[in-house]
Amino acid sequence: MGRRWIAYRTLAGKEIHRFLRIWPQTLLPPLVTTSLYFLIFGALMGPRIGPMAGFSYIDYIVPGIVLMAVINHSYANVVSSFFSAKFQRHIEEMLVAPMPNWVILAGYLTGGILRGMTIGALVLTVATLFTDLRPTNPLLALAIALMTSLLFALAGFINAIFANSFDDISIIPNFVLTPLVYLGGVFYSVQLLPEPWHRLSLANPILYMVNAFRYGFLGVADVDIEVAFLLVGGLIVVLSLWAWWLLRRGVGIKH
Amino acid sequence: MTALRLHRLRKIYDNGFEALKGIDLEVAEGDFFALLGPNGAGKSTTIGIVTSLVKKTSGKVEICGYDLDRQWEQAKRCVGLVPQEINFNQFEKVGQIVLNQAGYYGVPRRVARRRMERVLKQLELWDRRDQVSRRLSGGMKRRLMIARALVHSPRLLILDEPTAGVDIEIRHSMWDFLRELNRQGTTIILTTHYLEEAEQLCRNVAIIDHGEIIEATSMSRLLDQLEFNSYFLDLRRETRVVPDVPGYRIEVLDRTTWAVAVPRRLGLNPLFQALDERGIEIVDIRQRRNRLEQLFLQRVGRPMGEAA
Repeated sequence: MGRRWIAYRTLAGKEIHRFLRIWPQTLLPPLVTTSLYFLIFGALMGPRIGPMAGFSYIDYIVPGIVLMAVINHSYANVVSSFFSAKFQRHIEEMLVAPMPNWVILAGYLTGGILRGMTIGALVLTVATLFTDLRPTNPLLALAIALMTSLLFALAGFINAIFANSFDDISIIPNFVLTPLVYLGGVFYSVQLLPEPWHRLSLANPILYMVNAFRYGFLGVADVDIEVAFLLVGGLIVVLSLWAWWLLRRGVGIKH
Repeated sequence: MTALRLHRLRKIYDNGFEALKGIDLEVAEGDFFALLGPNGAGKSTTIGIVTSLVKKTSGKVEICGYDLDRQWEQAKRCVGLVPQEINFNQFEKVGQIVLNQAGYYGVPRRVARRRMERVLKQLELWDRRDQVSRRLSGGMKRRLMIARALVHSPRLLILDEPTAGVDIEIRHSMWDFLRELNRQGTTIILTTHYLEEAEQLCRNVAIIDHGEIIEATSMSRLLDQLEFNSYFLDLRRETRVVPDVPGYRIEVLDRTTWAVAVPRRLGLNPLFQALDERGIEIVDIRQRRNRLEQLFLQRVGRPMGEAA
């Protein structure tokens, strides 16, 4: 077995073990929160809101809520873990070792993706208590969920590289990510919005991910699915190169 | 074979501070080498560059014959670092920290487990392997960092202040451990504030000050350069008149204690003879500074702990 593979497996295993070990902090809260979403918006308010794009309201919001959980937790896992490694300085264990930068990046991303996808699967399981929704195109749904998870794990990594304090790792999730997710068509179809809000919504990249994922379940979307895949793929390439370059330059981790 | 070769190594930090001014240094394989200097002299920067924690501005680093820029994987595989500050994950278990470090170096898990057991036993931490690391005492944390640095069997071990804050008994057992490790062939580079430690352990020494190597020689040759030894003399009775003994500098510390600078070329006998002739009775004699500390002061002009 190659040394790089062993190094990758060690780091990825450590990251996965970390979020499993602290499951009451990492896995349980999103289940409680999303159960409340399903209960309040789906079961209690849904029948009063009526159908959306030809589907019951709870069926319409389930894919968006699942992807919201994937986005938040892929990001949170990497940003908190990598910043903590910087803060406690155990990032030095990796920097002194013969680990290529891409192995370090891949290890952290694996942890983020695994946590995001695990929580996505758990939230989807909870959703079955409220609806019998089944994906019409499971492969497409899985592909966009994986790509979205990777994208936000990368974003979390870059945030952690620039962060100098614990405040710095909460600013982006609270003031950028959360508004973009909530305005990204999780709870409504952007077709319902008047101008200029409809046009403005189209500038939100999360709208494309939510709609592509919803398309995998319902077969309907507010945006072109090919554009959504191209956009997410393009952003993954850009953020991957940026993260790798930052590691290579030692930004935030080396003097 | 050279374990470490630095050629015109230079580091200028972003704030414009030139920490290293193009230093050259060689450490032979199998050596026990001391890198000494006052605070801020450039020791930690040098170690940081060698261990890839600090980016150099220019110059060349060669570790066990491998160029750190071009053959960085081979070069890094040769080095183990015991840093000055605790830098392991305080929430992980002792055994897991050591196993993970082996994994980062590409050591297969089965081999890593055997080595983990060996190094933890050697450093008397085996019973603590399932304990969360933050619960260890200060001395145990230091030993854990040594165990972690050794798990990939490095040819060159760099210890940055390894015994800082460690009680005397543990310090001596760590010295024995390091001596044995060196005897088995591991090259060791040590920085320390305890000059007695460097004098006891190291065969060769470099003194760095203001980003420049001002001395690089063998410990014995360095100590030969010592002009004076300093001692405390405890007198039986208070003596009001300080005798003038040619060649010796006597300083009165209190009623019955003197500090004496003794030229190495003269030794102690003429001093005792002169004091005896004047009826001054000495009841005890103690070394004021260890020899290396004395020499360090002579060379650098200030003690180790003082900033450059």
